[in-house]
Amino acid sequence: MGMTMTQKILAAHAGLDQVESGQLIEAKLDLVLGNDVTAPPAIDIFNQTGAADVFDREKVVLVPDHFTPNKDIRSAEHCAVMRRFARTMELPHYYEQGEKTMGVEHVILPENGLVAPGDAIIGADSHTCTYGALGAFATGVGSTDLACAMVTGETWFRVPEAIRVELRGQLSPHVGGKDLILFLIGMIGVDGALYQSLEFTGPGVASLSMAERLTICNMAIEAGGKNGIFPVDDRTLDYLRQYAPERFDKQQYTVWTADDDASYVRTIEIDLAEVPLTVSFPHLPDNTKTVGSFDPVVIDQVVIGSCTNGRLEDMRLAARYLKGRQVAKGLRLIILPGSQRVWTESLKEGLLEIFADAGAVISAPTCGPCLGGHMGILAANERCVSTTNRNFVGRMGHPKSEVYLAGVAVACASAVLGRIASPTELEEVLS
Amino acid sequence: MIAQGKVFKYGTNVDTDVIIPARYLNTAVAEELAAHCMEDIDPDFIHQVEPGDIIVAGANFGCGSSREHAPIAIKASGISCVIAPSFARIFYRNAINMGLPILECPEAAEFAQSGDRLTIDFDSGIVRNETRKTECRAKAFPDFIKKIMAADGLTGYIAAKRASAE
Repeated sequence: MGMTMTQKILAAHAGLDQVESGQLIEAKLDLVLGNDVTAPPAIDIFNQTGAADVFDREKVVLVPDHFTPNKDIRSAEHCAVMRRFARTMELPHYYEQGEKTMGVEHVILPENGLVAPGDAIIGADSHTCTYGALGAFATGVGSTDLACAMVTGETWFRVPEAIRVELRGQLSPHVGGKDLILFLIGMIGVDGALYQSLEFTGPGVASLSMAERLTICNMAIEAGGKNGIFPVDDRTLDYLRQYAPERFDKQQYTVWTADDDASYVRTIEIDLAEVPLTVSFPHLPDNTKTVGSFDPVVIDQVVIGSCTNGRLEDMRLAARYLKGRQVAKGLRLIILPGSQRVWTESLKEGLLEIFADAGAVISAPTCGPCLGGHMGILAANERCVSTTNRNFVGRMGHPKSEVYLAGVAVACASAVLGRIASPTELEEVLS
Repeated sequence: MIAQGKVFKYGTNVDTDVIIPARYLNTAVAEELAAHCMEDIDPDFIHQVEPGDIIVAGANFGCGSSREHAPIAIKASGISCVIAPSFARIFYRNAINMGLPILECPEAAEFAQSGDRLTIDFDSGIVRNETRKTECRAKAFPDFIKKIMAADGLTGYIAAKRASAE
């Protein structure tokens, strides 16, 4: 029987010709990742196993990004555990604050050329599924899985079934990859792809930028998915040429395609032209509504950034909507470029000046407010429009605060108008 | 192995941010995490939970973040088992790796209410509601996962594997 793209990558890493859904396999890993929340417990467990060294220094990546720059003494102690481990193990892929290659983990791994098509990657962070945008298999695990994988370079998987998401057409003006993934989650629910792969395919794929594909795969977990994955095309290879030139030149990557007779639990067809500007209302990502279809929602804060929407394209888009405009009086707009590279490029391109002129707070790269860590915590009854990925109870602060998930265009329009708004309204109201 | 205790009942999509809010993730000490377990949806939980008690919830329990702190907090609070029709996959893995028993049971949501007393036989998968005098059967673990549980979690499993290789 035919295999899906995900199944082929897993089979190759398990040394098998064939796998089928439900099968338990042990697979070799190309990369294992931890951050300042998940790596310290993993390091404890690593030490308990008695291992003297990690399986491969080049393949263990540690990123301090959640509570960094260290927000308090306890966070500092947590980060220190990881820092010491990285130093002792002489890990080249530890990214310290301020380094040119540092930033939010799922922004910097692709940027730093650590991900290529056909790779199998686990990360002790649920949004590790981001890397499926490059045609890799990537999924989130916990600290114990990370620890054991740091020792052995392997982990166990249950081979997933897949949902095929067939895309055609092109997104409408102002509508982006974020709207598409929120729309899809709204359609299938937060457990609509539980234990399964979301395999994106169809002629509509070509029109989506790499930044959009990264945003889309990033949120596969919000539908319960094990991974999200895109086919490899010219855009993928151009991206690889730019960010991982050595692997590109030496052809150290594998392009897998799903078999024609691969089996899927269901197929969802989406005409991209019909995807509306979408917002997820509190307190679940699947609680989606079309912008313009609800009564005005007045807001206190807007956050633009994160592993979902903190890339250079997102910053450029934000600048396009914010240029020459002012953040609504009394509203806080917090912009977090996702990496030092994104920050520096935003500076060079004049984007940061546009943000500052509009009245935005510009932060160092950090996960910060996305998980209610720091840099923009909400008080009781405050509302925030955010380009991040979760709007659970208490996610960004007080359990009585509210987070509305949206793309960059809606976030910017909302920041200027002080209520959830579409970019079209922005043009109408201000003209 | 048998577990016995009273039920704490929750709805669908209980996420890891309410199991243990991220604001407490700058520690990994089990007891400190347990002190804040479920506080954003049930501030009374931590004051009422007793060793052996059981969480019964709706579908997709543990959705959201990969934080292992979630099963750690639940286990350290004294909970002996979580029963739900389905679990988010990272939570499922983490719970097994930490040795927190979790049982998939399609009728879990209707089967028990808060305060009911349950007896769980992990070998047979039979869950008995002592308060209502009813029974249901949960899905047993696959053999591979039984091996991990037998080694007291993934750490023990890997250590045993390493020992046999050397």
